[in-house]
Amino acid sequence: MKKIYYIFYKDFSSELRMRFAINALIMFVIVAVSTILFSLGSENAPQNVYAGMFWVVVFFSAMSGLSRTFVSEEERGTSLILSLIANPISIFLGKFLFNLVLIFFINSIITMLYMFLFQEFLIKNWMSFLLAFLLGNFGIAASSTIIAAIISKANVKGTLYPVLAFPVLLPLILMLIEITKSAMEGNPINDVEAEFLVLVSYDVIMITASILVFDIIWRD
Amino acid sequence: MNKIDLIVTNLKKTFNRRLVFDGLNFEIKSGEKLIITGKNGSGKSTLMKILAGVLTESAGFFQYILNDKKVDRENIYQIVGLVSPYLVLYDEFTAFENLKLFARIRNIKMSDEEINQILKKVGLFDRRNDLVRTYSSGMKQRIKYASAILHNPLVLLLDEPTSNLDLDGKNFVDELVEDFRSDGIVLVATNESQDFKYGQNIINLDNFHNIQVK
Amino acid sequence: MKNFWKYFLFLLVILVLLGGLIPPIVENPKSFFEFPLIRGLEDKARIIFFHVPTAWLTVLAYLIAMYYGIRYLKNKNIYDDMKSVSAAALGFLFCILATLTGSVWAKFTWGSFWHWDPRETSIFILLLIYGAYFALRSALEVEEKRARLSAIYSIIAFLTTPFFIFIMPRLMIGLHPGSLEIDPVTGQVKASANPVIKFEMAANMRVVFFISLIAFTILFFWLWNLSHRILKLEYENQKEI
Repeated sequence: MKKIYYIFYKDFSSELRMRFAINALIMFVIVAVSTILFSLGSENAPQNVYAGMFWVVVFFSAMSGLSRTFVSEEERGTSLILSLIANPISIFLGKFLFNLVLIFFINSIITMLYMFLFQEFLIKNWMSFLLAFLLGNFGIAASSTIIAAIISKANVKGTLYPVLAFPVLLPLILMLIEITKSAMEGNPINDVEAEFLVLVSYDVIMITASILVFDIIWRD
Repeated sequence: MNKIDLIVTNLKKTFNRRLVFDGLNFEIKSGEKLIITGKNGSGKSTLMKILAGVLTESAGFFQYILNDKKVDRENIYQIVGLVSPYLVLYDEFTAFENLKLFARIRNIKMSDEEINQILKKVGLFDRRNDLVRTYSSGMKQRIKYASAILHNPLVLLLDEPTSNLDLDGKNFVDELVEDFRSDGIVLVATNESQDFKYGQNIINLDNFHNIQVK
Repeated sequence: MKNFWKYFLFLLVILVLLGGLIPPIVENPKSFFEFPLIRGLEDKARIIFFHVPTAWLTVLAYLIAMYYGIRYLKNKNIYDDMKSVSAAALGFLFCILATLTGSVWAKFTWGSFWHWDPRETSIFILLLIYGAYFALRSALEVEEKRARLSAIYSIIAFLTTPFFIFIMPRLMIGLHPGSLEIDPVTGQVKASANPVIKFEMAANMRVVFFISLIAFTILFFWLWNLSHRILKLEYENQKEI
């Protein structure tokens, strides 16, 4: 556990010093949200459009920021020293923890921006939304981390990332949109029980599978 | 006193259809030192990385045996220290921070005093609070030594050990190899004839890549 | 009789073509050589003999590609990777065919080429996964790395398939057999019942259907066998130089 924490701590203090991801990510979120703002103009889109667009922005922010943790190790050549001081599982979980914190931070910003800028983005069932937010971020972090590990070994990293991640993240995003819609309509949490069940199983499957295969990806 | 064995059996590495080496067999025990040599591109660095557990072999296998127990692949990092030209440390941190982080990630208890001791040993104590980014290549080589001996490993893998080092640095390497723990093993990959003094036996990798594979 | 199965396959294909296209579709079939009429499908029902096998092969090819990918991870035999990638290439081809035949069928039965019904979404995702698989492969130069990482990706992407096959059709409104639909009278979501959706095949159609399935499967294995042998020969040729 300590090892995982210190790998996270290394990435975190490195991020504080170098700002690999965070500045660009915050700007990305602002740009993405304002694009939506301008494209809608003064028109009022139906409510469920906002639920969809919320997770679209989340997806693309994840795609622009969550690969840094592996790509920067690989680009700077520091992955060798990292594999000399820790076993693959701790490395994966440390990186996963870092991405988890990052996605929570970014998605909280996106949520606040949405509530502030779009009157129609009104969550009526907070319980349901927050639970989806929690489970969704976990799943996004798990899938994004393992896909980031794969693309960090490839030649064209940037464009490949969303291409590989989209099919894997789609089930999750679809469920999240459904739950968010329901939360905006103020439906009770029981209505989306099935969706939550899918979310939980997605999270469990993805994190388990990632831990199992990471070793093969990591060792050259 | 620990007892460590390294057994290499029919080790083979190919890289994009190109054979690097094949049919490599050797065994080395506690207290022994081995030189690995060969032309450029003969696979010295590749072999070092494989033995450090960070690169997978294509066929054959190798095994560390510590006190009659096999060392699992994911635990090799605990007993091995590697110095290699390919090694890059985190250059946004200082030398001290790097070592402190490594000790923490390795989960070994080390006081700041002990880390300073190691920095003194490799001759970086005066610059310990400078970012690694500002270091010269010789100093970077020294910090690699510090990170390789931080956890008091049983196996020391030195790839081109004296590259970029001045006379003082070379003396440090001489001492390190000479005084290395008597129950440990040292493998030195080099082409410099003055480095041959580090070991008793020499393996020439040039003899292991002529074998035809079908 | 070395090529017996090739003649056998030829025979099967002829049977499927004749059996699929010739028997008339009538309201009350009297003989074995007449297909029953399905309201809403009529003559368009015939495409099922060609559409479903391609979709089946898309999935089968993916499973084979993944199986040989895992085998590669176990024994690092590069020939397993060749088998894996040739299966994936054929799967990609059949995936495109399934999408096209399905889309044409949809145009004439449901009115437009694409509806985002759960099955359509699934095949689209599979198309994306195949595309991503080949994009990943072309971005990796070192052969061993390419084999290893593409095998891993095929496993990770496979983990999402139960969702598309089993879960989504039950949660979303669709047009294919077995999915939810909106009741035209009450506007409520209900399990499907109309003849296009609850599709019961007559015995004689089923015979043609299964012959077609077998013929397509044999064809697939033939193509697959040829293509991974070609890769192997190319590989051995290069190695000798």
